[in-house]
Amino acid sequence: MSGYFKEIITGLKSLAIGLQITNKEFFTKPITLQYPHESVKMTPRYRGHIELVKDPQTGTHRCIACGMCEKGCPTGCITVQAEKREGVKGKVLTAYILNFTTCSLCGQCVENCKPEAINFSNEYNLASTRREDYIFNLLQKLHPEGVPEPEIDPELLKKEREKKEAAKKEPAKKAAAKEGGESKAEEKS
Amino acid sequence: MSSLAQSQLRETFELNIGPQHPATHGVLRIKVVMDGEYIVRAEPILGYIHRMHEKMGENRTWNQFWPNMGRLDYLSAIAYNHCYACLVERAMGIEVPERAEYIRVITAELNRIQSHLLGFGAYIMDLGGFTPLMYAMDEREQILDLLESVTGSRLTYCYFRFGGVYNDIDDDFITGTRAFIKRFRPQIPMYHKLVTGNVILMDRLNGVGPISADLCRKYGATGPVLRGSGVNFDVRRNEPYGVYPELDFDIPVYHECDSMARYMVRMDEMVQSCRIIENALNKLPEGPVMAEKVPKALKPPKGDFHFAVEAARGTFSMRTVSDGTNTSYRMRLRSPTYSNVSLFEEASRGMLLSDALAFLGSLDPVIPEMDR
Repeated sequence: MSGYFKEIITGLKSLAIGLQITNKEFFTKPITLQYPHESVKMTPRYRGHIELVKDPQTGTHRCIACGMCEKGCPTGCITVQAEKREGVKGKVLTAYILNFTTCSLCGQCVENCKPEAINFSNEYNLASTRREDYIFNLLQKLHPEGVPEPEIDPELLKKEREKKEAAKKEPAKKAAAKEGGESKAEEKS
Repeated sequence: MSSLAQSQLRETFELNIGPQHPATHGVLRIKVVMDGEYIVRAEPILGYIHRMHEKMGENRTWNQFWPNMGRLDYLSAIAYNHCYACLVERAMGIEVPERAEYIRVITAELNRIQSHLLGFGAYIMDLGGFTPLMYAMDEREQILDLLESVTGSRLTYCYFRFGGVYNDIDDDFITGTRAFIKRFRPQIPMYHKLVTGNVILMDRLNGVGPISADLCRKYGATGPVLRGSGVNFDVRRNEPYGVYPELDFDIPVYHECDSMARYMVRMDEMVQSCRIIENALNKLPEGPVMAEKVPKALKPPKGDFHFAVEAARGTFSMRTVSDGTNTSYRMRLRSPTYSNVSLFEEASRGMLLSDALAFLGSLDPVIPEMDR
């Protein structure tokens, strides 16, 4: 019988100790943030979706459209579209499409990028009910008011045009050379 | 009353726990044959969240398999990162800088504390106590903030790389971690006062779900389940990796073999993890965090490689067969929860249903890791 009462007393004691601890919370200040009005500050290393980095010198991105990010991506969520333009060295980026629905934020693309053209953004307010909202064109995001045209290098343009003309003439030359060669061969035989 | 209850024969009935049940920590389904309140046979049915991680390892390149490592056991993802990094480093013969090894251990132990905290909170919630979860979440949030400031993510970490880690830790992280440990140390006695000493918890856990050491060996159970059964086995000690041999810590072992013992192992492990972190922070050397000359396109030599680490739930090991190409020929992941839950069928025979749920919670299963 004494054991029974002892158990009740120790039980009540343990409950009282527990309540002592929890009652402290009545007097502590709540740490709740009223989310839409205030928001949590993200750390600089926070991994949001990737974004094109703006180069302060040129005012535009540094992407050379090599496609290494595309190749390294485990889920294939990046599509780089680029074209060759007259008078511009290398390829010109026309669209950088990220399908964020399949991105796993592993950072392989950022690591693979040699010119350091992409980085993680700090954006996390991305809630939406439409799937299409998660397919970003990062180039458009970087320049919402319109993508600036790449500068045309007049010397390069001149060289390229000369080359083209030379290429146009070349088939004719080659054909001529071929004919000439054949005729020579005929002569020999 | 159904015809079942009215029949003269002593009959059993089937009960499905899950796949959507709060006490199963995910999508685990347990088919239970019941005789009244007692369990005749309980069969865990897996596969509701199978995602073919092993197959993915065979058709992705070595680097592309990284994000998968964060998605097996989402509570102690860094230990899984650690295993994969060490596996490929062993295959390739890559030397990791010492600072990177220390950072790996610090982040992995922070992750272990975080995992045990959530395990503790969720376990008490299974048993019907909601308040401890709030306390556990409060501390856990501090760790998540710390890890977020280094790794960039809060849960599915993809932080390690072959030959080191993605980026270095800064002074803010070091002072933050020290402050966290200072704050967290006195919390554990508070948990013991609030929860462990509680008469309701003691009645529900003491002597419930006894697992003998032999049963653990039979099913290959590891981690706190094994150490709660009196077997002193921890990969960090028995097969040390990284810089664990240089650090000072104990392996908590309990001989009671019941749910309370497993619960206590986890609580004590958090204290030991604090010790490891403090120790590692004191010894943290300067230097680079990435090995030099790690090729971008990895092609490990032909062979069969294996590596094991101590994750929060037990021994996690990976075995890979490389055929010298840029993908693995065969990738095998051995996850601890799979073995730990396998013994549920044998150990739960004749148990009360409410005790069985207290027992299942003490195994601390994470279903995505079990199904892989």
